[in-house]
Amino acid sequence: MKLLITFSRKGGREPVIARIVKETGVLINVEKANIDSMAGEMLIDVPDEDASVVLERMEAAGVSVRVLEDAIVRDEEECIDCGACISICPQEVFSFDPDWRIRLHPGVCVLCGKCVIACPHRALSLQQ
Amino acid sequence: MEKSLELINTRIRDGNARVVAAEEMPSIVDELGEEGALKEVDVVTTGTFGAMCSSGAFFNFGHADPPIRMERVWLNDVEAYTGIAAVDAYLGATQQSATQGEEYGGAHVLEDLLAGNAVELQATSRGTDCYPRRSITTELLLEDMNQAIMLNPRNAFQRYNAATNSTDRTLYTYMGTLLPRCGNISYSGAGSLSPLPNDPHFRMIGSGVPIFLCGAEGMVVGEGTQHASRGGFGNLMVTGDMKRMTNEFLRAATMTGYGVTAYVGLGVPIPVVDLDVVRHTAVRDEDILVDVIDYGVARRDRPSRRKVSYAELKSGSVELGEEVVRTSSLSSYRMARKVADRLKEWIETGSMGDLALPTRRINPEGVSRPMRETQQAPRVREIMERQVISITEDEEIRTAAKRLLKGETNHLPVLDKDGILVGIVTTYDISKAVVQDGKHRCVRDIMTRKVVKTHPDEPVDIAARKLEQNNISALPVVDTANRVVGMLTAIDLGKLFGRRWMK
Ligand code: SF4
Ligand code: SF4
Repeated sequence: MKLLITFSRKGGREPVIARIVKETGVLINVEKANIDSMAGEMLIDVPDEDASVVLERMEAAGVSVRVLEDAIVRDEEECIDCGACISICPQEVFSFDPDWRIRLHPGVCVLCGKCVIACPHRALSLQQ
Repeated sequence: MEKSLELINTRIRDGNARVVAAEEMPSIVDELGEEGALKEVDVVTTGTFGAMCSSGAFFNFGHADPPIRMERVWLNDVEAYTGIAAVDAYLGATQQSATQGEEYGGAHVLEDLLAGNAVELQATSRGTDCYPRRSITTELLLEDMNQAIMLNPRNAFQRYNAATNSTDRTLYTYMGTLLPRCGNISYSGAGSLSPLPNDPHFRMIGSGVPIFLCGAEGMVVGEGTQHASRGGFGNLMVTGDMKRMTNEFLRAATMTGYGVTAYVGLGVPIPVVDLDVVRHTAVRDEDILVDVIDYGVARRDRPSRRKVSYAELKSGSVELGEEVVRTSSLSSYRMARKVADRLKEWIETGSMGDLALPTRRINPEGVSRPMRETQQAPRVREIMERQVISITEDEEIRTAAKRLLKGETNHLPVLDKDGILVGIVTTYDISKAVVQDGKHRCVRDIMTRKVVKTHPDEPVDIAARKLEQNNISALPVVDTANRVVGMLTAIDLGKLFGRRWMK
């Protein structure tokens, strides 16, 4: 499960992620991180069955967490099933079904945004 | 053996014509043989749905009171061509909005009209005795126009070369987004379902033949512009009444970094009159080959990496050298099928009426020539600085600084002992080295090793784009052995292009 976490660094440089990994033994995969001197945003991936314990610990540590279910959203009215997005996505989120319709596996999306600008029909957007 | 068009039309009228989509033909021929297929099948329908930039529509807006002779006209801020009488205009699909740039253009106006949305018309004129009015602004629906006639100068290419990109940066092209280092291949066209691969010699598809165009019945006008059937790149000029079209089959799009285009749904029914038609409509994706063109080369004649069939392209990945590269389609195969199926339905139910043979044949041997250029685009050698001040990699930074000062330049190409270009240093690199710690002594330690360069025969426009994209102000000019023969700076370009290049 993908979690988007945001934290402030005002309270010092608490090694939140490292501590949670150590204490819970859950393997957290950091897929994207954007951290500056004041605040940080991180996209992490945790096994579904461990998500609730990680969520709990994060919140206790004062980190705000959002579960990303459909990170990438497709507007079905605009999409014409061309497939231009397929080879652009580093995570192989898109594929054709046997009837040449686009299928999404949004769970593996890392919010890189590449497909959003590559879609000729402006059918894709990132969940805000 | 032959079958007359008359017989086929009678069957259509009686509601018992056997109509199949082109996709089904190979297996029908496998099963029944060519003779059997000729007996069995009356019509083969084809379809494609993809980006067709060369599309647009003629409009007649009707006269206002007092009347105006429109000299310039905009529909939702997209300019249309009006050098064709007082209240007529041609709106091209790729024309961009004056206010929204590449996110809105002619194709979007066409789609809006088909969706039933009102479009704002603005026009200006100098005023004449017969047409005194100087400006007008009004809102129009599609139904308010006297005519809205789509006329697409170049549609339904027989096949289309696929695209890849060998450079280190992402390219944004009319073939979509091309990832660096041949990270993907993009292609267009429905392959064996497309109209022209099913009639490569233009026997059945020609002027006057009824077609499916954006959901309405349209017609082939004749050969399209840039028609090059001899090399397998024929195309069609087509027309149809916009008032009967639907926005399901005409969709505006934007190729990021390139601009606006229209996705057009087009299909042609092919009457199966003889064995030749049977053979051609049994074409398979495996038989239709295109080149994979490297768009990293910014010239007209771009190199091909390999030949590939539509079957391979549609499989999702293609081998390119050592690598397996993923493919993306720009056109929609699902929608192409929908076009062919809709056409099939029209013919089966008789709603399309009789099929027709061409009243005029399209040239099956057409060739498209490159532009005759009376002035060759300027080359780097014509404007480069030939007196090159350079330095070798083991000289001291101090020496480099002196040389920059003396030569009144900001860039020093760095050479190895054989005179081969190995790097570049700028005044900025040197100041930085001095300010930071002074621990480096040699040019080698501070030079940039990845040098963006040009060569004497490169067109100046391409060198200029290199400067712009890399945000730099000089390029070493090298020969084939990587020896520096000149420098090209923003100042040299400024002399050629005017102030835009003066940094
Ligand atoms: S690129 Fe856009 S229109 Fe094409 S299949 Fe993907 S989401 Fe749909
Ligand atoms: S945002 Fe990036 S990872 Fe997510 S679907 Fe688009 S291309 Fe793939």
